Amino acid sequence: MIEVNNIHKSFGDSHILKGISTSFEKGKTNLIIGQSGSGKTVFLKCLLGLFTPDEGTISYNGNIYDDLSASQQRNLRQEMGMVFQGSALFDSLTVEGNVMFPLEMFTKQSKSEMQDRVDTVLKRVNLIDAHHKFPSEISGGMQKRVAIARAIVMNPKYLFCDEPNSGLDPKTAILIDNLILEITKEYDITTVINTHDMNSVMEIGEKIIFLKNGHKEWEGTNKEIFKTDNAAVTDFVYSSELFKKVRQMYIEERN
Amino acid sequence: MNYIASIGSYFIMIRELFKKPTKWSIMKSLILKEIDELVFGSLGIIIFISFFIGGVVTIQTALNLTNPLIPESLIGFAARQSVILEFAPTFTSIIMAGKVGSYITSSIGTMRVTEQIDALEVMGVNSLNYLVFPKIIALMLYPFAIAIAMYVGIFGGWVAGVFGGFTTSASYIEGIQLDFIPYHITYAFIKSIIFAFVIATIPSFHGYYMKGGALEVGKASTTAFVWTSVAIIILNYVLTQLLLG
Repeated sequence: MIEVNNIHKSFGDSHILKGISTSFEKGKTNLIIGQSGSGKTVFLKCLLGLFTPDEGTISYNGNIYDDLSASQQRNLRQEMGMVFQGSALFDSLTVEGNVMFPLEMFTKQSKSEMQDRVDTVLKRVNLIDAHHKFPSEISGGMQKRVAIARAIVMNPKYLFCDEPNSGLDPKTAILIDNLILEITKEYDITTVINTHDMNSVMEIGEKIIFLKNGHKEWEGTNKEIFKTDNAAVTDFVYSSELFKKVRQMYIEERN
Repeated sequence: MNYIASIGSYFIMIRELFKKPTKWSIMKSLILKEIDELVFGSLGIIIFISFFIGGVVTIQTALNLTNPLIPESLIGFAARQSVILEFAPTFTSIIMAGKVGSYITSSIGTMRVTEQIDALEVMGVNSLNYLVFPKIIALMLYPFAIAIAMYVGIFGGWVAGVFGGFTTSASYIEGIQLDFIPYHITYAFIKSIIFAFVIATIPSFHGYYMKGGALEVGKASTTAFVWTSVAIIILNYVLTQLLLG
């Protein structure tokens, strides 16, 4: 479980995060949504320890990150998996090399043990014939799956995804969403996903946090978000014509 | 003020890159890869440039020796001194700042832009140690390339001098043996090692701390080349004063 307590973050004169408090539960897919510039990425990078909050605390299973020693922080980071927006696969390594990288770096496993683990996770993300291909030789959807495989290869306790669906067609996006949901349940991990994709909200949003101008504007589930009266949330959720029509139908049906 | 902050950040980077070393089995392969990329991959251009620089120095020396009282062996002597003391270590380093330096800045900068460095950090890897340290170690073989540059430069002088009709083979060889001071080779190698460190670290600094997108990667490469060259030229002056003055 991750608990966030009143975090603030500024860059120069720009106050990006303005006192966010929330918690992310184990075994659930937690979504952070909001418009571009609302502070989602900065918030996620604070959760990952890439940015240090100016104020407030973030604790992982009760351990406040800033109170941990440097080596404890590094150990904690090894319990985190991250899927970046652009996948962030290492160009110079093959698919297999990318997934094996954390194992080679942090474990003392034999080559065959590492190979078995890589085969298992690549099979889990439905990538069987791409072991020896380089990132530039595979599609965006496949790159995302490799990034997920790399993120879970060390059996993480926390999985973070920054817009995992960006740049993907709707069908592949749903596949990726479902894969993340399945992995969250299967490995019983705390998953935090940064997105502005409403399909993801509907499909896998077990807990949703809506950020607006660096504030937490709303918090709830994917069932609740479509019924909320919060104007900022409804503006965001129903910004597309499709969702506007769906809402209209819902209101008509209810009446 | 910005320059002072950048110099401070550069030295902080140097300190950070020695912390939390990467596993030796991985580091070993990274070093070998960088030796291949940075040193062996540069030998072609080093040999090419050195050969012609040696040739040009010889021709220019020969054309300026109009006094019949000055022995012809001075052509070989001047070529040797110029190549060993300056052209091989310093001129080659400026070229390497462009070739190797821009490669280092753009490769690390692209990793920054595409969040590959963030990915390393999230995993708990000391990205500076992983990316920059192998380049420093690989470039410690740079004096080996400079030794080749010296040899090829002097050979280029011989080819230009003899086949261009400016001197005879015997007087050129006599010239390159004249008053030879072995310490000059040591001086050149000391300079090379220091320039190698500069070529590995200044471009890495500009790539690692760059912000923005593809355009900024290009700009960072140019800035890195300028600052690496400035550092080499200033250090060349300081080292010459310290070691030969």
